[in-house]
This record gives sequence, structure tokens and C-alpha cells, in this order.
Amino acid sequence: MGEMIVVQDLVKNYGEFCAVNHISFTVPEGVIFGFLGPNGAGKTTTIKMLTTVLDPTSGSIRINGHDPTREQKQVRRSFGIVFQDPSLDDELTAQENMDLHGILYGVPRAERLKRIDALVDLVGLGERKKDFVKQYSGGMKRRLEVARALLHAPRILFLDEPTIGLDPQTRNHIWGYIQQLSKEEGVTVFFTTHYMDEADRVANDVAVIDHGKIVAQSSPAELKERTKCANLEDAFIALTGHAIREEEANATDRMRMMGRAWRGGGRR
Amino acid sequence: MKAIYILCVRQLKRYIRSPARIIGSLGQPILFLVALGFGMRAMFARAGGGNYINFLSPGIVSMAILFNAVFSGIEIIWDRQFGFLKETLVAPVSRIEIVFGRMLGGAIVAFAQGLIVFVICLIAGFRVVRSPYLPLAIFFMFMIALLFAGMGTVFGSVLQDMQGFPLIINFIIMPLFFFSGAIFATNGLPRVLLILLRLNPLSYGVDGLRGALINQFAFGLVTDLAVVTILTALLLAIGSYFFSKIQL
Repeated sequence: MGEMIVVQDLVKNYGEFCAVNHISFTVPEGVIFGFLGPNGAGKTTTIKMLTTVLDPTSGSIRINGHDPTREQKQVRRSFGIVFQDPSLDDELTAQENMDLHGILYGVPRAERLKRIDALVDLVGLGERKKDFVKQYSGGMKRRLEVARALLHAPRILFLDEPTIGLDPQTRNHIWGYIQQLSKEEGVTVFFTTHYMDEADRVANDVAVIDHGKIVAQSSPAELKERTKCANLEDAFIALTGHAIREEEANATDRMRMMGRAWRGGGRR
Repeated sequence: MKAIYILCVRQLKRYIRSPARIIGSLGQPILFLVALGFGMRAMFARAGGGNYINFLSPGIVSMAILFNAVFSGIEIIWDRQFGFLKETLVAPVSRIEIVFGRMLGGAIVAFAQGLIVFVICLIAGFRVVRSPYLPLAIFFMFMIALLFAGMGTVFGSVLQDMQGFPLIINFIIMPLFFFSGAIFATNGLPRVLLILLRLNPLSYGVDGLRGALINQFAFGLVTDLAVVTILTALLLAIGSYFFSKIQL
């Protein structure tokens, strides 16, 4: 098995601030990899660089053998992503959102329709696929986004806090599909989460990032052993300390707040 | 090409599904048409300008297109906020295709709004003059739509949130409209206003459309065609450039 993600000496600076500070790691094919860290540690910045939407300051990245800064199309074809925040078009139906994705990714029509049906059934939305996404609950949107990310049969699935704000039932379902997929189709999964029990349960490997640096990388079992902790949450705190992190809200977050106030707070 | 098509279709679906937006954005042009058109009609005629509704209507149609086209570009900010922008930016299609799909879709929507306002003008008493240039009206309407969809794309790509929106409306879009010759004729204007008018891209669109509809040109058909075509190409290029620089 080859290496699906190879990161060497990756750096991202925003002016004086160093968001990602010389990190290196590899993720072998077929592995479920948990990328853990407190708020503002550099998780999302790293995912953005891996997925071609942000240019690194320095360092090198290989996704499925391709460089995200130069071979964007090959890299983009290789992965599916579920973002931290919703990224569906609320004014379209679930089916239309899926179809739009399929067309953008060049999935031929016959295959597209077949896969859309199979995937919306997989995430339990078969009955509701003709509904507008604005009528969906937060959990349903998340499930639809997982289904959409899989539509073009990617080799890697990026999940940025995929289960945030979801009830235990939905979380279990989502991890259920993902584990099934990883086992059956050998899809490599790269995810971030704040739920350490989830990471402990599903990840084959984890890396802990703090202040832009990777402070540990191993299997969850080894990490617990090394820190002499009974569970991953304690191990995580042993590695990253007790201090609460302040993260500065970016423009998008502020907009989201305004949007929420504007609409009377209906979203998620 | 398929990406351009599907993103364009998306804009059209969103437009058709939002009657509130269609009707809402008719309010302003109707207000101008009624208040100015009927309010100033007698004065305009007495000053020897002729039928003011006929003079004003092409300007009001241009106004509807201008606003809707710029809004379609600014919608990028909403898509950024509600997340859909990311979905398109990680797809294996070039930014150029994405932005062209968006601009084309926005321009078609603005053009459609322009047609609706055109019909309203006809109802208010606007009479098209039989002239050989009539088919060019469609061309000018669509070019105005494309040009300002490109300009809106620049704003939508550069602005991070809606805070700057009133700035754009009050200091760019409103002046573009008022100093375009949409509501007054160029003869007898103070020198400063005339220069502003000459520098305003919309002036040539308005003049071209007015010329096509009532055979009354201020700058001349060739000038209007040349300026509008060149500026549209330029704005589409600048809009694409700024959109391609978006980082999340």
C-alpha cells in the first residue's frame, strides 16, 4: 500500500502569526487518520492547504502523488471533503445539490444518477431527496454532505469536524458509513474532531497538533500508553495542557452571526 | 463547459424560485419611472426635450439591469457565508469556468429583469420608434448586464463581508446611475458633469440602448458599440482575475 498523504515541513504564516509551523506526517492508503488539536491549533488551516484552497508559505504536500499547488485538478479529483461549516445550496433540492456536484466532477450521467440514488439511500435520505435543503435539519445536511463528498468515488475523504453539533445517533450513523467505506473500498479518511472518544473508536492513527506543531503521532493505544492515561481525552490534555484557547473570529464567522440574527436564528 | 452551464442553471433556478426577489427589485425602477417620468414630464416638454417617458424609459431599463447585475456578483459574499462557494472552489474545474458560469447566470437574470421593466415602461406609455437599430437593443441590454456582472464579481471577490455593501451602493452604483445620462440629456450640462458622464461606462450602454429604441444617440452608435464591447470584455477579465485570487 502506498502513501496517500505526504506532508513535509509544511508552514503557513499569516503576517507575523505562524498558524502551521513546520509539520510533517504521512497517511498510508486505507487508513482512518485522526487529526486532533485544540481550537486554533492549525487543523483547519492544514486541511485548507491539503485541499488546494490555500497556498502554503513553504514546505511540500503530496496528495495521491500530486502537488496541490501545481496539479490542482488531479488533487481535487482525488478527494472528497465535508467542511466544518455547511456548504450546500439551500435553495436547491438534495438531488440538485448532488447532481451539481456530479457534473462539476465530470461523473457521466448514467453513473451519476445511479450513484446519487445509492448514496442518498446509504445516508438514509432516499425519501427526502426531492426536498429543498433549507427544509433539512443540521444532521440531515451533514449526512447529505457526506453522501455528496463520496459521489465522485474519491480516494481520500477529508472530514473537518464532521459530527460537530450532531446527536449521538447521527454521529454513530455517520461513522458507521465511513468505517464501512474505508473497509470495503479502501478509501483513506482524514478527519478532525473534538470528540476524543470518537477518535479513539474509529481512528487507526492520530496526530496531535498544538500551536501549529505536531506534538505526537501514533495509534490511539500507543498514545494512551505513552502518556499513561486511561482514555484519549486525558492523553490529549496531558499533551496539550489545560489552558483554554482563544480563537479570533474571522470575517466569515462574523457574517454567519449576522446572517443568523437576520434570519431569526433558524440555522443549525 | 459543463461547469459553466450548470452554475449558470443554478443562478437561473434560484432566480425563478424567488418571486419575492423578482418583484422586490422591480420596486426601485418603477419608483423612478413614476416619480421622475410623470413628475418631470411637463417640465421636460416645456424645455423642448420632447416626450420624457420616451427619453427616460431606456435609462430605467438600464438601471434595473445595472442593479441586478451588480447584485449577482455581490452574491459571491453570500455564497461565501453560506458555504456553497467552497464546494465550487474545491471542484476539479478551473476558476475561470466557475466565474464565467456565475457571471453569465447573473447577466441572464439581470437581462430578464430588464425585460420585465421594459414591459412596465411600455405600459407606462413608452413608445418604441421604428428604426433599423432596434435589434441592437437586445445586444446593449445584454452587454450592460455582462459588464456589470463583471464589476459585481470584483466587489464580491474582494469584500469579505457585507459591511462594505452600502459603500458600494452609495458611492459607486448610485453615482454610476445618476451620472449616466439615464435621467437627463447631455445638452447644456455643466462641464464637470459632462466629463463624469463621458468617463462612466454605463453612459455608453444607456446611450446605445436609447439610440436603438428611440433612434436618439448622444455619442453615436459606433462609439457606443465599441466602448461597451471593449469595456465588457475588460470587466469580465478583471472579474475573473479577482475571483481566481480568492483564498478561503
